[in-house]
Amino acid sequence: MASYKKEKGVVWDWLTTVDHKKLGIMYLIAGTLFFLKAGLMAVFMRIQLIMPENSFLTGQTFNEFITMHGTIMLFLAATPLLFAFMNFVIPLQIGARDVAFPFVNALGFWIFLSGGLLLSTSWFFGGGPDAGWTAYVPLSLNEEQLGLDFYVLGLQVSGIGTLISAINFLVTIINMRAPGMTMMRLPLFVWTSFVTSTLILFAFTPLAAGLALLMLERIFDAQFFNPAAGGNVVIWQHIFWIFGHPEVYILVLPAFGIISEVIPAFSRKRLFGYTAMVFATMIIAFLGFMVWAHHMFTVGIGPVANSIFAIATMTIAVPTGIKIFNWLFTMWGGKITFNTAMLFASSFVPTFVLGGVTGVMLAMAPVDYLYHDTYFVVAHFHYIIVGGIVLALFAGLFYWYPKMFNHKLNEKLGVVFFILFTIGFHLTFFVQHFLGLMGMPRRVYTYLGGQGLDEFNMISTIGTFFMSAAVIVLVINIVYSAIKGERVIGINDPWDARTLEWATPTPVPEYNFAQTPQIRSLDPLFYEKVHGDGTMKPAEPVDDIHMPNGSILPVIISIGLYFLGFGLIMLEMAEPIVSPWIVVALGGLLTFGGMAMRSLKDDHGYHIPKSVVKADLKKLGGGK
Amino acid sequence: MADDHLSKPFEKSSLTEAEKREMKRDIKKQFVVFILLLFLTVLAFVAVGADLIPNNFAVPFILILAIVQLLLQLLFFMHMKDKDHAWATVFMITGIFVTMPTIVALMLLIGVVKY
Repeated sequence: MASYKKEKGVVWDWLTTVDHKKLGIMYLIAGTLFFLKAGLMAVFMRIQLIMPENSFLTGQTFNEFITMHGTIMLFLAATPLLFAFMNFVIPLQIGARDVAFPFVNALGFWIFLSGGLLLSTSWFFGGGPDAGWTAYVPLSLNEEQLGLDFYVLGLQVSGIGTLISAINFLVTIINMRAPGMTMMRLPLFVWTSFVTSTLILFAFTPLAAGLALLMLERIFDAQFFNPAAGGNVVIWQHIFWIFGHPEVYILVLPAFGIISEVIPAFSRKRLFGYTAMVFATMIIAFLGFMVWAHHMFTVGIGPVANSIFAIATMTIAVPTGIKIFNWLFTMWGGKITFNTAMLFASSFVPTFVLGGVTGVMLAMAPVDYLYHDTYFVVAHFHYIIVGGIVLALFAGLFYWYPKMFNHKLNEKLGVVFFILFTIGFHLTFFVQHFLGLMGMPRRVYTYLGGQGLDEFNMISTIGTFFMSAAVIVLVINIVYSAIKGERVIGINDPWDARTLEWATPTPVPEYNFAQTPQIRSLDPLFYEKVHGDGTMKPAEPVDDIHMPNGSILPVIISIGLYFLGFGLIMLEMAEPIVSPWIVVALGGLLTFGGMAMRSLKDDHGYHIPKSVVKADLKKLGGGK
Repeated sequence: MADDHLSKPFEKSSLTEAEKREMKRDIKKQFVVFILLLFLTVLAFVAVGADLIPNNFAVPFILILAIVQLLLQLLFFMHMKDKDHAWATVFMITGIFVTMPTIVALMLLIGVVKY
């Protein structure tokens, strides 16, 4: 039965933790490392393109870099960075003690990480995948390239992690809300995370199916796509984009959520048009599924299909426009504080509009024949992904940093970071619109001089140096703040914000809320500041708190999946050192053995006794 | 004695008597539906294998059986007939709402429209 907790060493504690706050921090660290890796690849690619006929990188390396840059940024950097905030913030914002399935949460993180590492292992076995992040067949059927097997299995494994984490968030948001926290009182970040998790549930399944088909074709000689054997290459494009387009919304909706938290907090106003924001989120999510073929206008699916998908695509501009205006009206007449978080959040709005406008331009099927596969597309989606998602991530980082790490990030360095990043971002990507209109194709590793492309390419590359400098300033800021940053221990609410996470003590105790709070309004903390005494009313007496036990099984199951994937890849290797089936069997044994152990052994968790909770309340509670 | 029940050990289950009766009824229903599903499957094989139905009606016939099976599965084994399953139902309907147009559009676009 339930027992009391034993003390653990630091490393063992983090390896076995099922605490959503620690997992959030681990997602943040893992995502940041992948972000830096993929960012460095981008810098190398821009250095290669700084002048015509440069020979800094070979064509093959360049192809591997574009593929890994895109794949890592979308699957292994942006997704986990958003999951970091979702993990840390959602339970706090809905007044829960943890997510619904803490064990599954840990499992999701470790599986994602092992998938990411499996993909990265490709560098040691003949180079990364080189068919672009979309891995279009028949290019990705190239048997010479082992990297593509790593792509297929690495993404398959990390996709499982993402999928189970998303299901966990759905169950958490439906079942774990505090008393009084109705659906229409959820903070917008929770709402967008909820809709995003739904999208992951529906979009990662086609991806898993598509990757399974590609794996069967590459490793087990099936013939789904190979035209020579009666396969159809266009099917892969359809399956990929049925996943791929919702993926964009999977990333951008939580970013919208972060912006919808930061802007009201620093405008000192409630979010304008809360209900409209919620329904706009749902409409964007639904339409996101119905527009995939706009990536395939030039495939030749016919004028009728092109027109339908063009119009459906343009429709998305309507709910997005609603959101843009709601953010503007939230700021309108507010008492705005322009700190770093707010600088990023407010500059998100116009930058994202720029990306949206080029999106509508690309949605026009006839003109798309000109834009297709040029740098115009590259400029467009970097305005969405960097100008949208990354700016929101930075805003969220500066906003939630005090709650996560008990100290603020330095504001002066933050502003320097913001200025450098903004200059660098626009220098890099704005001119790429013109490069695209001049006809420079994307995914080429070099170009001839004297075609009017030289200057803009030079400017674009200089922009990336500014962005790199900005990220270095951020790293300096993180190190500096860890040593000398303003401490907020004992200060629950350093920003004078509105939502429930700021009602928890800093540092947040492992059980989050000593007593589950009673929610009386949207923006519950703000309501209590105005109508109550500034602290949340408890909805239950102080009592023993039931907590889940930590477990090493998630790590073991994930290591098993790594070897399961690696074994399958070894089937394609010329001379594997051991029989691939031994590796597969070993991986399967670890994974399914771990799962069996979890299923067969009862784990009732432990209790934090009432006396400890009371002592904590006396020590931490009531801090302002 | 009136206090006799106090010395008895607690039951292992925390369900009430009413819940237990409800559960027993549910299990019985599930067995009946399970046998029905097996029967429908056998029917599909037999109908085609023994040429009981005209050739041009075979595919629609099997599809009808499949749809009946799907509904039974959803209602009884996915518990969609139960109350307090609003969220599960919402997600099921959302899923159908999203996948149906996708599959139809995909079939039209690729040109596979035979059944």
